[in-house]
Amino acid sequence: MTLQIVVCVKAVPDPAQAGRIKIDPATRTLTRAQVPLAFNPLDRNALEAALQIREKSGARITVLSMGPSGAESIVRECLSLGADHGILLSDRAFAGADAYATAFTLARGIEKIGKYDLILCGMASSDGATEWVGPQIASFLGIPAATQVEELEQVDSQTLRVRSGMENGYRLMEIKLPALLTATRKLNRPRALSFSGIVKARKKQIVQWGLRDLGLAEDQVGQAASPTVVSAMTTRTARRQVEFIEGSIEEKAEILVQRLAQAGLI
Amino acid sequence: MTTKANCGPVWVVAEQVDGRIQNVSLQLVGKARQLADELNASVEVVLLGQGMKDVVEPLFAAGADRVYLGDDPVLNWYHAETYTEMIVSLALKIKPEILLIGSTCTGRELAPLVAARLKTGLTAHCIDLKINDRRILEQWVPAYGGLMSIICPERRPQMATVASGVFPLPDMDESRRGELVMLKAPEAVFDRIRTLDVVRREPETVALESASIVVAGGIGAGDEDGWGQISDLARILNAALGCTRPVVDAGWAGHETMIGQSGKMVSPELYLGIGLSGDLQHLIGVVGARVMAAVNKDARAPVFEQVDYGIVADCREFVPLLIEKIRAYRQSR
Repeated sequence: MTLQIVVCVKAVPDPAQAGRIKIDPATRTLTRAQVPLAFNPLDRNALEAALQIREKSGARITVLSMGPSGAESIVRECLSLGADHGILLSDRAFAGADAYATAFTLARGIEKIGKYDLILCGMASSDGATEWVGPQIASFLGIPAATQVEELEQVDSQTLRVRSGMENGYRLMEIKLPALLTATRKLNRPRALSFSGIVKARKKQIVQWGLRDLGLAEDQVGQAASPTVVSAMTTRTARRQVEFIEGSIEEKAEILVQRLAQAGLI
Repeated sequence: MTTKANCGPVWVVAEQVDGRIQNVSLQLVGKARQLADELNASVEVVLLGQGMKDVVEPLFAAGADRVYLGDDPVLNWYHAETYTEMIVSLALKIKPEILLIGSTCTGRELAPLVAARLKTGLTAHCIDLKINDRRILEQWVPAYGGLMSIICPERRPQMATVASGVFPLPDMDESRRGELVMLKAPEAVFDRIRTLDVVRREPETVALESASIVVAGGIGAGDEDGWGQISDLARILNAALGCTRPVVDAGWAGHETMIGQSGKMVSPELYLGIGLSGDLQHLIGVVGARVMAAVNKDARAPVFEQVDYGIVADCREFVPLLIEKIRAYRQSR
């Protein structure tokens, strides 16, 4: 009995360049900077956890992503890192999905994959950063979830022991499979791509599923199925008038201490 | 008087740790009171735990009209499935208009589980909540160098998570009374997740959320030595030490000390930003600081648009001098 693992990954705007997407103060809409897609950082930890489980006790790893056709490159990267199968959920109708609609569509994709024991997600995406998609997939599938996982250990073929982060501490839990976990940075150190991995992945096919393949209607996906909408945007203007403290670096330190002392702050 | 009929209550799902109601829950009750008054609705709190009967008073003092209390040994520790089941079944009956949850570690797990079951929207990292002229909750979140209002126009409840420190603790009216309604723990046993232990360490440093001075360091610290100097500065000022995301990525400080959108919210008397550029993702976490000062070697760094005092200097040269001057000032008094 091989453990069936599904790793959900997201192609996000490259975090290093995401700052180029800004709200236009005049139109109050997003400026459409061309920012390349990147592998969401915490999803790397999710994939790494799956790869480590496979190395220890065997598993079949399917990577699942929802996104535009360009997201295929991220699924390909997962295959190069060692995932066995790659599936991209892509359809114009999926566009504009909020976390709820995204989780619903991904859950449908997982059901279509069929048998699954463990689903791994990054704790959050670097763009939306809500942390909602993982637990909501679990909710739609009716399986238990543990989020913010820092440590993970197999107890037996049906049970995992996980440590979830908490303020100034942690929770230690046993969770029965099938289950969903969301990975933090602490969980592991994701491996780097290898040349042989890239070569091997070239032969692997990435399956693409759209609305019909999932047996869904247009009003069940994307913006149409998203409970939340953006109703307004605004840019921030400077809130404070800065006083630059001038002088030699030593004088600057001296004057700052004086200012703070006068204000009763130190 | 409004002609529109009252809507469902404004709910807060409160959090307790070792039998103590968390500050963020009281802050949210205070905010819920404002929202409810605008909607002509009531404020209700759901609290799950064990041995909590004697500690619910602050919830009334903060503005709750009614507290639903689940008090049972199985509720002692947060348990995803049991808590979700209790909150969902009560929400289906009471039909709250709004549901607020603190953006704590467990709150961030519980909220999406509840929202999915209730088939409703949920907004993360809210820094402001307002009722608009259509009586819909505008949930303001930082995004793309500005702010975005997210609404959930059709489904109910309108759900949001808010970090500690975003809203102030309300004035506590000890004479305020409310109704306490006891909830039964569910009969079904939820054993797919078994909590073996909950471990909490006493924080060694001043808590960021309640500190009166916050020193925040950025990647401009340069290296671990530079970071060590900033830590020294925080210690000497008896300040809480916070950081930006690049510092966490560099491994100089833990994620729990990160200030900003997906980290801690601080509202100190004095905020000192050292070697950081002033990215909105970080500064959005500094809410209502009385005085702000920043040190950066680039005079054009955006942080200087957001502070009262600006110092253009390399922080690795400046911080040791600042420590020296603070010591000298203290000795001179």
